Amino acid sequence: MIAARPLNALRRDRRALAGGLAIVVIITAAAIGPVVFGAQTIEMSEVVAERFLAPLARTPDGVLHFLGTDRFGRDLLARLLLGARVSLAVGVFAALASLSVGVVLGAVAGYTGGAVDRAIVAVTDAALAIPRVPFLLLLVALFQPGLPITVAALGLTGWMTVARLIRGEVRSVRTRPFVEAARALGVPPARVLARHVLPHALTPALVAAALGVGNAIMLEAGLSFLGLGVQPPTPSWGNMIAAGRDSLVLAPWVALAPALAVAIVVTAFNLLADALESAIAGEGSRD
Amino acid sequence: MRASLLKRLLIAMPTVLLVLTVTFVGLHLAPGDPVRLYLGPTADVATAEATRHALGLDRPLVVQYAAWLARFVTGDWGTSIAQHRPVTRVLGDALGPTLLLTGLSLLASYALGILLGAVQAARRRSRLDAAITAVTTALYALPSYVLALALVLVFAYGAVLWNWPAVLRFPAIGAESVGAEFLDPGARLADRVRHLALPVLTLVVVGAAGTARFVRGSMVEALRQPFVRAARAKGLAERVVVLRHALRNALVPVIVLIGLQLPALFSGVVFVETIFAWPGMGRVTVQAVLGRDYPVVMAATAVFATLVVLGNLLADGAAALVDPRVRGET
Repeated sequence: MIAARPLNALRRDRRALAGGLAIVVIITAAAIGPVVFGAQTIEMSEVVAERFLAPLARTPDGVLHFLGTDRFGRDLLARLLLGARVSLAVGVFAALASLSVGVVLGAVAGYTGGAVDRAIVAVTDAALAIPRVPFLLLLVALFQPGLPITVAALGLTGWMTVARLIRGEVRSVRTRPFVEAARALGVPPARVLARHVLPHALTPALVAAALGVGNAIMLEAGLSFLGLGVQPPTPSWGNMIAAGRDSLVLAPWVALAPALAVAIVVTAFNLLADALESAIAGEGSRD
Repeated sequence: MRASLLKRLLIAMPTVLLVLTVTFVGLHLAPGDPVRLYLGPTADVATAEATRHALGLDRPLVVQYAAWLARFVTGDWGTSIAQHRPVTRVLGDALGPTLLLTGLSLLASYALGILLGAVQAARRRSRLDAAITAVTTALYALPSYVLALALVLVFAYGAVLWNWPAVLRFPAIGAESVGAEFLDPGARLADRVRHLALPVLTLVVVGAAGTARFVRGSMVEALRQPFVRAARAKGLAERVVVLRHALRNALVPVIVLIGLQLPALFSGVVFVETIFAWPGMGRVTVQAVLGRDYPVVMAATAVFATLVVLGNLLADGAAALVDPRVRGET
């Protein structure tokens, strides 16, 4: 895993600080926001008087709406934070799914070599040539659009980079003396791979995982934007952008608030991934 | 050279076959009955069964697969269930607009990305470098559908609202104005260019940001090499060192990168075409998916995969042209 020195480099890296801070703030807000706002996210009261209120506007009875309201008079900030739970959960679980598939395939390919390796590499290369969004559309539309299928589809289409990285690492770790020693002691191959080889090969997959979370959040929002991801009334950033598109001219903030949220979170994960990559390469933030 | 390209073409075939197989199996395992969609909910059972038989959907999956594959390879892609037109014609109409959109975007985003990345690497750790990095990092994380909506808001709506000159007002829908076929060729071309502006700009901004990030890394690496120090020691002008010695070497991985960027470009095109109502492959795919138009979805996915494979081959060929070392390898 990460040694002490890269960890120190990571701590001094401004990109890691900015990205990490943004992620912590958003996770905290997503955790406590819906509790604070309570029923405001679904409640529709005086629709005509309270819809499309501009950011920082007050309703006739004096309730402040920090980011304004949508076409049903629902508080945007409250829905944004509830949607953050969905978006973050989809991102993390999808990245974990791709990570697991990628690690297993990459490790098996790298460790066994031969025909198995060639087959896995061929499938990986073929999968890389498939444009992700058209294929995702296909997968999601095959079944009822919804949360589980979105996570599964994102996981199934994002494992290739991880598999390639892990395969490369495993191939180089496999030849090290301590692996040979473990094999000579009669440790079963699966155990050698899991306990002795993999822990040394996982580090680069961290970068891919961080990038994967950002990517998955962006794609989930895209699918929901097309109406093929998370379905209303469950708020997700994607279907909030899609709903705001109808009132883009009348009330641009309805679409812009979730759009900015997606951009900020994805940037945060990308920054974290950049910092991780430099830290692992031992370059710090010099580059 | 020619033999290696042919070999690569053979290696690429299974990719397309894999896509076709996965698509076929997936589509037929999924819930949702195309016959019902074709006939509507009022049709009686007998008619539904007759149609199912007529469309061949009652045969075993393996038989359907073999028959479909044989027909697909020979260019018979069936009839669109939703449009009642041959799939080849549906996709043929859509392929041109998509190739126009993606081709222009790819060229422009590469030119811009290489320029930005090279400038950044040459002025590494300067304020300009930091500023461009900040901008490209932010734009790289900006989803294409968000950027597209923002551009519509500014250039289609805001431009009118704020009384911008007509040159800065761009149409946000379609590939041509209504009645464009009655314009004379020059005006029609101008109309087409104006309709291209916003979709291309969206794809270029996102693509160039990614390319610039990659080119910067590749250039920084190249500038560290001994041959660059040798060139400088010879007393060559810095411009020549950067452009002739470093950039040429840094470009090889950048050209190969096309292979990884094409899938991303075709993903972006789905959103961009949907938002701008551009009559291309992406929009056709989304509509076919929403309407469970099986033949169109399968063919569209295959065409996308084939385009990526062909793009990869072109990129490999270009890399071999630029770098003699690549020629012997494969």
